[in-house]
Amino acid sequence: MSAVTPLDLLGASILGWMALGLGGLFAPRRAILALIFPAGAAAALLVAGAALWALGAPAETAVLPLGLPDLPFHLHLDTLSAFFLLLLGATTVGISVFSIGYFRDMDRATLSLLCLEYHFFLAAMALVFLADDAYLFMVAWETMALSSYFLVTTDHHVPEIRRAGFLYLLVAHVGAIAILMCFGVMQGGHGDYTFATMRDAHLTSFWASVTFLLALFGFGAKAGILPLHIWLPEAHPAAPSPVSAMMSGIMLKTAVYGILRVTFDLLGSQQWWWGTVALTLGLLTALFGVMFAAVQTDMKRLLAYSSIENIGIILVGIGLAVTFHAFHKDALAALALTATLYHALNHAFMKGLLFLGTGSVLHATGERNLAKLGGLIHRMPKLALLVLVGSLAIAGLPPLNGFVSEWLLLQAFLLSPGLPQSYLNMLIPVAAAALVLAAALAGYVMVKFYGIIFLGQPRDEKIAAAHDIGVWERIGLTWLALGCILLGLFPVFVILHIDPVAQLLVGHTLGSSAAQTGWLMLTPILPERASYSPLVLFLIIAVGIFFTLFAVKKFYHGRLRRGPAWDCGFPEQTARMQDSAEGFGQPIRQIFELFFGIVREVPSPFDKKPHYHGETRDRLWDLVYLPIARLTETLSALVGRLQHGRIHIYLLYSFVTLLALLAFIR
Amino acid sequence: MTISAVLLQLFQDTLVVLIAPLLLGWVNQCRAWLQNRSGAGVLQPYRNLAKLFHKDAALANNASPLFRATPYILFAAMWLAAALVPVIATDLPLSPAVDVIALVGIFALARVFISLAAMDIGTSFGTLGARREMLVGFLAEPALLMVFFTASIISQSTSLITIVETLAHKQFVLYPSLAFAAVAFVMVLLAENARIPVDNPSTHLELTMIHEAMILEYSARHLALVEWASALKLLAYTTIGIALFLPWGIAEAGDWGALPLALVALFVKLTAAGASLALLETISAKMRIFRVPEFMGTAFLLAVLGMLIRFLLGS
Amino acid sequence: MTNLFGQLINLFAALLLLIAFAMLSQRRVLSLINLFAFQGLVLSVSTAIVAWSSSQHHLYYSAALTLLLKVLVLPWILHRLIRRLNVKWDVETMFNIPTTMLVGIALVVFAFNLAAPISQMAGTITKGTLGIAMASVLLSFLMMITRSKAVPQVIGFLAMENGLFFAATSATYGMPMVVELGIALDVLVGMFILGIFFFQIRETFDSLDLKHMEKLKEE
Repeated sequence: MSAVTPLDLLGASILGWMALGLGGLFAPRRAILALIFPAGAAAALLVAGAALWALGAPAETAVLPLGLPDLPFHLHLDTLSAFFLLLLGATTVGISVFSIGYFRDMDRATLSLLCLEYHFFLAAMALVFLADDAYLFMVAWETMALSSYFLVTTDHHVPEIRRAGFLYLLVAHVGAIAILMCFGVMQGGHGDYTFATMRDAHLTSFWASVTFLLALFGFGAKAGILPLHIWLPEAHPAAPSPVSAMMSGIMLKTAVYGILRVTFDLLGSQQWWWGTVALTLGLLTALFGVMFAAVQTDMKRLLAYSSIENIGIILVGIGLAVTFHAFHKDALAALALTATLYHALNHAFMKGLLFLGTGSVLHATGERNLAKLGGLIHRMPKLALLVLVGSLAIAGLPPLNGFVSEWLLLQAFLLSPGLPQSYLNMLIPVAAAALVLAAALAGYVMVKFYGIIFLGQPRDEKIAAAHDIGVWERIGLTWLALGCILLGLFPVFVILHIDPVAQLLVGHTLGSSAAQTGWLMLTPILPERASYSPLVLFLIIAVGIFFTLFAVKKFYHGRLRRGPAWDCGFPEQTARMQDSAEGFGQPIRQIFELFFGIVREVPSPFDKKPHYHGETRDRLWDLVYLPIARLTETLSALVGRLQHGRIHIYLLYSFVTLLALLAFIR
Repeated sequence: MTISAVLLQLFQDTLVVLIAPLLLGWVNQCRAWLQNRSGAGVLQPYRNLAKLFHKDAALANNASPLFRATPYILFAAMWLAAALVPVIATDLPLSPAVDVIALVGIFALARVFISLAAMDIGTSFGTLGARREMLVGFLAEPALLMVFFTASIISQSTSLITIVETLAHKQFVLYPSLAFAAVAFVMVLLAENARIPVDNPSTHLELTMIHEAMILEYSARHLALVEWASALKLLAYTTIGIALFLPWGIAEAGDWGALPLALVALFVKLTAAGASLALLETISAKMRIFRVPEFMGTAFLLAVLGMLIRFLLGS
Repeated sequence: MTNLFGQLINLFAALLLLIAFAMLSQRRVLSLINLFAFQGLVLSVSTAIVAWSSSQHHLYYSAALTLLLKVLVLPWILHRLIRRLNVKWDVETMFNIPTTMLVGIALVVFAFNLAAPISQMAGTITKGTLGIAMASVLLSFLMMITRSKAVPQVIGFLAMENGLFFAATSATYGMPMVVELGIALDVLVGMFILGIFFFQIRETFDSLDLKHMEKLKEE
């Protein structure tokens, strides 16, 4: 074994990230920006390359002489890990390059800490994908949670950010406990926590279901599945934008990875009702996320809710795949799974792009509130163009990438008739309808997002001083935008790379049929059943545009004069007459009033100083979390009674406990 | 892909772009007759377009490149949509590239661009129009997709060609699920083409307009392209309706002899559809804007119901 | 030929359900009555088709009776009633309409699952329609629940009877003639009695809003 393998390259990159992080502690400010972040980006590129290589290579395992005595770390690189590592590496390249420009104004102390946390975060995520035993997995998982916690609380002097960080840490740990218990169940009494043992352990259907539900809960807490999403809209906006991009684009996918790993790989077989549970939860999450995204007034919160929506869509795909696989319809399971993985990859690119874009806006204007933005397309045209790509992609519009994965998922839905469960058969069309509704609402959200930030008149004077993005930011954003475009235009190539994963998880692939009419045309099943060619579509539209442009230029004069806006002859045009972010979300708020907790303060007509305040609250917070908090408080108050402040009594407690234990054990 | 198919595709491309204003003119003329007016004649849309193309364009001071690019994008997208629907023959080489889901995606693309352009100038009416358009759209889009899905499940395909071939050429079967889909489709057609009862294409009544509010800032050639795109959209929707619910008479692949007949059938169907549209518009009253979500929600649920019926009755 | 009949009956069944949904989403009393008349027409035609295809001659009488009673007489009475009571305005629904329709869709799924085992046993050509009939009964019931005014409630009641009638014709080729005549008479008489009640209610409360009936409970 002298030749270099993908795993070696990956290991080297991970070590490299850790070294870079530690180096950041000692390096001067300029070196961190000029050397460490670019080196981190290069390592990410290496990860992406190695992962791409590993997708076509046989699985590798390694045992590291690290960890506790007699409890070494196991590594395993199969196609599922490789796919997610590819996602991690490819997205990180853009984010790291962007960070070089983005963090340029930060002081040295904060920057060196951030650099440490940032690169450890990356290394931990990579290790999560590579871990082959529960021990390493949990260590990496917790490192990931902790480093991201510190990243979220970079601005720790702001109380709201500390609060957001605390909430994040709390939910992350509740989830981690569930994951730990899930591994505990799966090892099935062997006392051996390697994944290899878990694959061989045969659980009864009851315990398998318990495992699945625990995994769904535990990983769901990290992914932001309803009702465990509560930390997501708090933590994402609090973090610096590149960190938000990584958390939303990559970290949420570690949870997707976890669910897939446990459900398809570690548990040998699935039961169909797991799929229904995941499907229903996914739909609820998607609709909830997009509905709340539509009424947000903070641009990063809006994106955070949109991430919840996309996680919901991914979960729907997982649910479908589980259902199909449980009924031994492997070809369909492969289709649903491919759509799921494709969407995960797409989301990493689009959401990375959008979060970075909001970072640039924030950097240029110092404003996150949509009510103060507007008209940035004139001040920041380059950013506006790049963000437009991301917005259109996430709205699921052809020919960009968001559309392809939704298209595949809908195909999976359309093929589902004939499952042997009659209620399930009826659930499927309703579920497809709900999914389409969520996708259409995403368009609404993105028009709001883009229109309010970049179009119209500036709503605040300081916008006038905004400057366009620098060269590093531009490279980073362009990388991600190109990813969105290429993933959209060449789906067959992407699917061919997802195939090894599908083969591993459900034992069937899409590739042979997807490429049967050549790389140009995507035909997941049969050419006459469904076909789609984004490149052709793009080319025809482009030809149409140029033909029209040419014809208009050729046959008519191009005279043009500028003047004030017409607006039905209305003379005064102030920026305050445009729809505010709240105004744009108003129809959604009204239609789905039932789901929002709306708090309104409307001034009376006689108020001297009228004050309007509207807030849209998350009902689940009041319905689920506050009762839990109250219960916890009541219980702690009960425990508090034991506290007397006298040392003798504490000693007495210990003594009684000791006696009781002795009596119990005997 | 044969030469004849390519020729046919080019013929259809040219045909749709030329007759789209005619359909609009016909609907307007029918409306005029039904309202006891003499009307401007079916050729009026062409005259309007010619007039607009010759004018000097006036652009708001703060219009961005996006605003100027949108008419072209809109026109190209709608042209593509209209060119894809099999209206005279089921032998279109472009059709495999874009199935019904992608077709809905193209409509969504156009909608997003026109809404963004409406927000670009930053006037009160523009943003209002954009918001309302997206409001109508987010319910109309899934409804349309569900209508397509009902047809797709019958024909086991999302390709528009296969759907039409199944419905037109296979053994005659009555599909109750298509009845639901048809009602939902008509509702979507009315909403998406800014027709009464959802919107009124012929007024600039500030408080109720949707489509007109969005294009207020356009003038001259830009406005002409937007108007032409609207006409193409109406044609595309009408031909989709014809393809799904009245597909008979369409020529089979390679059957050149049937083409003239198919062309005649198309014109008869379009004439009838235009007249019914005018009648429908005349007998209904414009809705309050807050009733629109209800209207669209009903369309969406009817379409879902159609799909359910298909699953339940198996017919 | 049988195949075509089966399809036709399925089509009419779907139309019946469509009208039931249209009634559920309709706010205006006048349109509600017209829809009810139309539903009667569909019912009558589908009964005639069942009669033709199964050569059950007594079903022709049912069809004629339906036509007379539900398409002509009852709508006429209802029209007169609302003109006399002057209640042509919009009906306020208790919930908004999409929500009601969403519940309606859930009811349809429920009804079909309920009817599935029964229609397996029925040997008639109209197997699938029992679910639809049951669904339209439930939908009419739902309409009665969600309307606060008296006239729509009565229409809901009558529509419910339509659903039952359809169930009877499609599943068992109709009930014995005596029973049908009895039901027809019942409906007619019930209609008259309800008409009288309307006037009484309005005289007592100055309105046909049934919310006022809440006052009648013991304090």
